[in-house]
Amino acid sequence: MYFRLGLSFAAVICATVAVSEEVKPTEVLFVDGAVEASLSGQPGDPSSGADIMNKGAGNCIACHQVSALAHLPFQGEIGPPLDGVADRWSEAELRGIVTNAKIMFEDSMMPSFYKTEGFIRLGDEYTGKAHGGGEVQPLLTAQQIEDVVAYLVTLKE
Amino acid sequence: MKIGAWTAVAMLGLTSVTLAQDGNTLSIDGETIVTEAVAPAHLENLDTIYSGWRFRTSETQALQIDDFDNPAMIFVDQALDLFEAVDGSEGKSCSSCHTDGPEEFAGLHASMPKVVDGKLVVMEDLINSHRQDVMGAEPWKWSGADMQAMVALIGLQSRGTPMDVTIDGDAAPFWEKGKELYYTRFGQLEMSCANCHEDNYGTMIRADHLSQGQINGFPTYRLKQAKLISRHNRFRGCIRDTRAETFAEGSDEFRALELYVASRSNGLHVETPAVRQ
Ligand code: HEC
Ligand code: HEC
Repeated sequence: MYFRLGLSFAAVICATVAVSEEVKPTEVLFVDGAVEASLSGQPGDPSSGADIMNKGAGNCIACHQVSALAHLPFQGEIGPPLDGVADRWSEAELRGIVTNAKIMFEDSMMPSFYKTEGFIRLGDEYTGKAHGGGEVQPLLTAQQIEDVVAYLVTLKE
Repeated sequence: MKIGAWTAVAMLGLTSVTLAQDGNTLSIDGETIVTEAVAPAHLENLDTIYSGWRFRTSETQALQIDDFDNPAMIFVDQALDLFEAVDGSEGKSCSSCHTDGPEEFAGLHASMPKVVDGKLVVMEDLINSHRQDVMGAEPWKWSGADMQAMVALIGLQSRGTPMDVTIDGDAAPFWEKGKELYYTRFGQLEMSCANCHEDNYGTMIRADHLSQGQINGFPTYRLKQAKLISRHNRFRGCIRDTRAETFAEGSDEFRALELYVASRSNGLHVETPAVRQ
């Protein structure tokens, strides 16, 4: 009997994994600013995360210094340096901060990277024109958030 | 004081740009320009206001110290010609009416924008209304070369005069509107003017050394664009960079924002035409 129970339990877990592909930006569950589960349902790739720190809609080093990325010029000073950030925050907290920093830090200047509504005069990227009205894409995809988080957890001192 | 943070970055070697604050005194052809002043009373969150000149590299600063080196002066010269040029159905030039030349406008720039007959008027409005109503000429485009050259020529007549725009009386509702815009977090990045220019001036955002976003030097000559940049063009650029839908140059929103931002410069000397990177 134990054996059978175990089997069906395993089956349930498989089913959960299969359907929980991606958490929508409007459905992220925050607990004290932290997000427990992977947004994409997949583990992140730290090397892709390191790239996002320096490019596109991520561009984290526009505001943060990261010694491990010292080869990249022009690191900003608006936010705290991210060296040792994994000693200060758990993975779930880091995921929460990157997803929507304004929940952890009230009124933070840090952009909300996984958010699609509630903007004032939303534009069409950097054109200065109004957003066309189609589906709003978050600044980073669920998987890109996971990649960045996977990179941040490597920043230990 | 956040300006100090810059020193630390320079020492870390994160950037090769020289210390802008070494050049604290701006003196143009023997005339001292005030680039630092006690913040006007209506500014709740700042004690001291600084000209954008203070945040630039010494190379860029140097271009503003001597009018012969200032690339904006070519445009000012062109505006002197435009001042004399007859245009429009009435066969007039600016100098037909303003017989004492542009010197007649000494001090005007320092008090602009201002309310005239219930309307908030900026320098571009004054220029275009005279062109249309008095000269019978075509209006100039807001950020066009002719327009901004003329704004610079008139602004230059106030160089060395403290900015002093009126914010009460008729101006109050416009000023309030401008203030609201200044603190609104626009676009997908949800950033207000204050996020960058009040909370974080003196720090680096990527490769840019953030200033207080003062407009006492406008129109400014931007080395990157090799031309004079209007205030409204600068506002558009900053709002666009928040991934927002901007307002149009010459919109009522930007007139109000201009009044509010100008009032944040009250006390700094007019530097027009300034040079920026
Ligand atoms: C426009 C500025 C800005 C950008 C861009 C930005 N941040 Fe931040 N970040 C901040 C600020 C400011 C804080 C400090 C929290 C606050 O607002 O009080 C912060 C805090 C953090 C923290 C907590 C740090 C600590 O030591 O407590 C982490 C982690 C972080 N950011 C990661 C990121 C990542 C990853 C990205 C890019 C995907 C990013 N940030 C992009 C401004 C920014
Ligand atoms: C994301 C950051 C950011 C935001 C938000 C922002 N700006 Fe700027 N702004 C900059 C940068 C960077 C520069 C160029 C360096 C400097 O002078 O600060 C600049 C320059 C300026 C200048 C030119 C200053 C000079 O001396 O030449 C003005 C004026 C200005 N901004 C006004 C505004 C206004 C008004 C708003 C809001 C509508 C605004 N900015 C929003 C980043 C920003």
